[in-house]
Amino acid sequence: MSAGSDHVVSLKLYFAIFAALMVLTALTVWVAFIDLGAMNTVVALAVAVTKATLVILFFMHVKYSSRLTWLVVASGFFFLAIMFALTMADVVSRGWLGTPGG
Amino acid sequence: MSDHAAHSYQHQFDSAEHQHSAAQLGMWVFIAQEILFFGGLFLAYTVYRYAYPTAFAQASHHLDVTLGCFNTAVLIGSSLTMALAVHGAQLGQRWTQVIFLVLTMVLGAVFLGVKAVEYGHKFHEHLVPGPNFLFDGDVRHAQIFFSLYFVMTGLHALHMIIGIGILAVLTFQAARGAFGVGYYSPVELTGLYWHFVDIIWIFLFPLLYLIGRH
Repeated sequence: MSAGSDHVVSLKLYFAIFAALMVLTALTVWVAFIDLGAMNTVVALAVAVTKATLVILFFMHVKYSSRLTWLVVASGFFFLAIMFALTMADVVSRGWLGTPGG
Repeated sequence: MSDHAAHSYQHQFDSAEHQHSAAQLGMWVFIAQEILFFGGLFLAYTVYRYAYPTAFAQASHHLDVTLGCFNTAVLIGSSLTMALAVHGAQLGQRWTQVIFLVLTMVLGAVFLGVKAVEYGHKFHEHLVPGPNFLFDGDVRHAQIFFSLYFVMTGLHALHMIIGIGILAVLTFQAARGAFGVGYYSPVELTGLYWHFVDIIWIFLFPLLYLIGRH
């Protein structure tokens, strides 16, 4: 009579994910105070993406979900990527060509 | 309520499993939309930070890393308690569910309380964009940073307030025994929403509090 094809995740795994998220939070704060130049932002985002992935896969059960769920999750990020890529392509390249007649 | 908890489903579904997976899918479609909803703000942040990196770094120094870090830990803790509430619902443990739903609300309230204190500090320090904005540096562009700070954290806080409201209703229903092994979709879907809100903060924290700290 189970409602789900839903996988019941073990408590141990939940606590392990929680511990990993806390360690990654400490890591991101620690790294922020070290001068890595432009890499500071890259590291901060890499840590944030790792944390978000852990939350999505385990706390949100996507690892155990149907292919359709995977598709919807991926489509959300895919459209986000399009929005960023097109906008930033414009913003970054604005100054590359001179203003006509200018 | 207990009949309902046992194994009923609406007539358009073949089974309780079918109904559950449809509900899950619907929630994920909503979350995909939420990604783009917040995405617009993250994009605005990216465009302006690219344009005024120095002003953003200066302005970020006025945020309290200790409080931000504390709140990150609180929110991650609330995601854990939410996951444990869903786990309790999946196993039909009524009171485990109720306890963890209440704990999730308490942690959410702690987060909002700290946020209110931080907002208070910003008002006292004249860091709210507008005619009274005072800033030692690039005043004009620091206001863009603080506008984004208030809109992004404000929208995030609004999501948490709505989340706590939903959790309050769920707690009441769970205490009456509405959810069990056969039916726990509302608890799970609320969990998805709560974890999504946590993810937004996971990005807001480093992007707002931790730039140019070294």
